[in-house]
Amino acid sequence: MFVAEISSLCIRNASASFEPLRLTYAPLNDRIETIPLLRQEIEMKIDLNRRILLKGTFATSAIGIAIGAGLLTPVQVLAAWPKEAFTAKDIPGALSVLMGADSAEVSGDINIKAPDIAENGAVVPVTVSTSLAGVESIAIMAANNPVPLIANFNLKEGAEGFVSTRIKMGKSGDVLAVVKAGGKLYKAGKEVKVTIGGCGG
Amino acid sequence: MASNSIKIRAKIKEDEVTVKALMTHPMETGNRKDSKGATIPAHFIQEVTCASAGKDILTADWSGGISKNPYISFKYKGASAGDDLTLTWVDNLGNTESATVKVE
Repeated sequence: MFVAEISSLCIRNASASFEPLRLTYAPLNDRIETIPLLRQEIEMKIDLNRRILLKGTFATSAIGIAIGAGLLTPVQVLAAWPKEAFTAKDIPGALSVLMGADSAEVSGDINIKAPDIAENGAVVPVTVSTSLAGVESIAIMAANNPVPLIANFNLKEGAEGFVSTRIKMGKSGDVLAVVKAGGKLYKAGKEVKVTIGGCGG
Repeated sequence: MASNSIKIRAKIKEDEVTVKALMTHPMETGNRKDSKGATIPAHFIQEVTCASAGKDILTADWSGGISKNPYISFKYKGASAGDDLTLTWVDNLGNTESATVKVE
């Protein structure tokens, strides 16, 4: 799919400045890798281009092409994303930034569905459901990940206490669900054994 | 990117809507290295918003700890068949993508 996009991009810019574009992306042709990896590479380059753009240099023709193709959009302000919680190295640290308290009460009303043994730590399906009333948010954490906090789901207008996703786990450890309900924190954990880690390194 | 990078379904049963969505995204943590030992820069979805009729139903803050090509499922009440549901994501590079589906 993405390969098709690159070729359409080439056609669009073919008349004026095809050469610089080919120069920019030429190394990609040499790589015998899967399409997701190619895509990563291209996105790295886009990121690089944006940084040059931010410096105010319009001289590089590759940037001109990127703008022409609509690849560069202004970076949106991510005000709401709690950066500190997502850089905290331990669970209490992440919780205190995210929820305003560093401990939670163990609750039997939270059910975590996750495999006992995950063969591939890069994809561990996790489902959290709770019968607690007035659920405001559900956070999913992996105790032994470099950054424990994986996701925080804020449940609004009519949402039920249920969320399901797939997470990465670096090594075996507890998957924790922290539920904020009625202003209080509740937690539950489930141990997942990982045979191949998924956090790279 | 193409707008078909989000696949989303919303099915209503009695009064409860179950939403399942798949997004296409590399979800790089920024910790991995490529074959030459260079760090692969972080590139992951940070914010996901699901809204119906202008009201947020679920918003999520994510780290790179969510698997590549993320999957999300959730349930909500108070909708009827034919209602629109929109899912929007924003990643750490400022890219954004959105898809709308009708509850069926």
